[in-house]
Amino acid sequence: MMRLIVLLLLTLAGPLRGESIVLGLSQDSVSITATFEGSDILIFGAVSRDAPAPQDTGKLGVIVAVAGPDQPLSVFRKDRQLGIWVNADQVDVRRAPSFYAVATSGPLDEVLTQTEDLRNAITIPRTIRADGATVENSAAYTEALIRIRTKQALYQVQEGGVDLEEDTLFRTAFRLPANLLEGDYLARIYLTRDGRVIDEHSTVIPVEKVGIERWLYNLAHVQPILYGLLSLVIAVAAGWAASAGATLLRR
Amino acid sequence: MQLYLPIAEISVNVFLILGLGGLVGVLSGMFGVGGGFLITPLLFFVGIPPAVAVATSTNQIVASSFSALLAHLKRKTVDLRMGSVLLAGGLVGSSIGLVIFNYLRALGQVDLLVSLFYVVFLGIIGGLMLVESVNAILKSRRPGAKRTRKHHYWVHNLPLKVKFRGSGLYISVIPPLLVGMLVGILSAIMGVGGGFIMVPAMIYLLGMPTKVVIGTSLFQIIFVTAYTTMLHATTNYTVDIVLALLLIVGGVIGAQIGTRIGLKLRAESLRIMLALLVLLVCLKLGLDLVLQPSELYVIQATAP
Repeated sequence: MMRLIVLLLLTLAGPLRGESIVLGLSQDSVSITATFEGSDILIFGAVSRDAPAPQDTGKLGVIVAVAGPDQPLSVFRKDRQLGIWVNADQVDVRRAPSFYAVATSGPLDEVLTQTEDLRNAITIPRTIRADGATVENSAAYTEALIRIRTKQALYQVQEGGVDLEEDTLFRTAFRLPANLLEGDYLARIYLTRDGRVIDEHSTVIPVEKVGIERWLYNLAHVQPILYGLLSLVIAVAAGWAASAGATLLRR
Repeated sequence: MQLYLPIAEISVNVFLILGLGGLVGVLSGMFGVGGGFLITPLLFFVGIPPAVAVATSTNQIVASSFSALLAHLKRKTVDLRMGSVLLAGGLVGSSIGLVIFNYLRALGQVDLLVSLFYVVFLGIIGGLMLVESVNAILKSRRPGAKRTRKHHYWVHNLPLKVKFRGSGLYISVIPPLLVGMLVGILSAIMGVGGGFIMVPAMIYLLGMPTKVVIGTSLFQIIFVTAYTTMLHATTNYTVDIVLALLLIVGGVIGAQIGTRIGLKLRAESLRIMLALLVLLVCLKLGLDLVLQPSELYVIQATAP
């Protein structure tokens, strides 16, 4: 709450042109600890103006989009061959966000025009770049990608998920699931009038493994031989302890 | 309680994984099998990526086999020379298996490969075991029937004959080398120790006495799975040490319970139960291949 007030004060004090965004986050970074079960992230802010809100220029809209690091991936379609279902055709996706959530203050077609969506790559289908010229009906593959990731809560669309109060204060919350990929998450906030973007603001939310998770992950990738030996030592020690324990129990 | 696995990069329920390890431990204690052939598919079912499941279960097998081997070494039921020959074959096989595994992983077909291997081998082994133990029960009811055992096969007369004192055999090293190699390939692709195929091969193909079979196969399994773990850890970075630890702890506790249950049951009925269990896992994996999946599309991250 304190932050909101500070923001508001800043809003009133700053010399600004037209309408622009002032932003706050409930947390500046997300740490993946051993007991990480996902995280809620609250994005809030205000629309600052140097003049009273214009009355006749159309409806104000706020769109918040959070994107996880991009990944190259392949989407396979299973087909029956010789009686069994195998991965048959494949579409390579040059990049698709590992996580993507978009929330709007109203119905999507009201707060965002097609052209603006295309230009700014805001909705989920616009963020996916596939090179699918080789396969028939490659759109079905991207649709499947979105469908599967939506089911896993990795892709979220919340139309009306942004609370906009008196065309000035806005807030929205996202749920980051537990199977989160590390990296820099980009939060973008768009202010629109009649579907046209009039201001945008972005900020980075780093998501990182910390503590033992970080250490093990680094060890596995930087010193794989040491890591492999460590896992073997643990296994052998556990095996030995089990047999020693069993002997003790039998006595 | 949820725990985030650093390599698999998913969050799992600790008690679920401990329970899986425990369940497989109970079975391995009861039946004297490593349980790798159960742990890998079970890990698939709870959503662990196949590559991580295969690599991690080889690490878990090192632990469970090591404690069993210690007991066999104490009882001197390990033919070290035969074990070394099997091991030499196993290391070669494991390297070949990993090359195949990584090649198909790049093609996006690794899940299919692993499932097919499981269905074929579990089907064969489970079927043979069932037939054999039902026959054994029928024979034991018919007194006078005597078990005959052939002593020499043509494979034994290949060149490079060596004396295996522990097994009381004088045979060519080629058949054990090949058996070891086959098991090594299976270890890398299926994430199993391979005892379920090596033990019958040692008895029926090599003609080894039953009392040294288990100990000797454990000797081979430990080194081959340790080697496979290292290969997976250094080429794919897919060994999840936290997942392995959970499975090991569950398995150790389960094995103690299983051994006690096993002592109270008859050997023949134990074998029939194991055979049915193997066939059940085979059936489940087979159905997944044959029935139309509810989601026809599969996403797979490509290595950057």
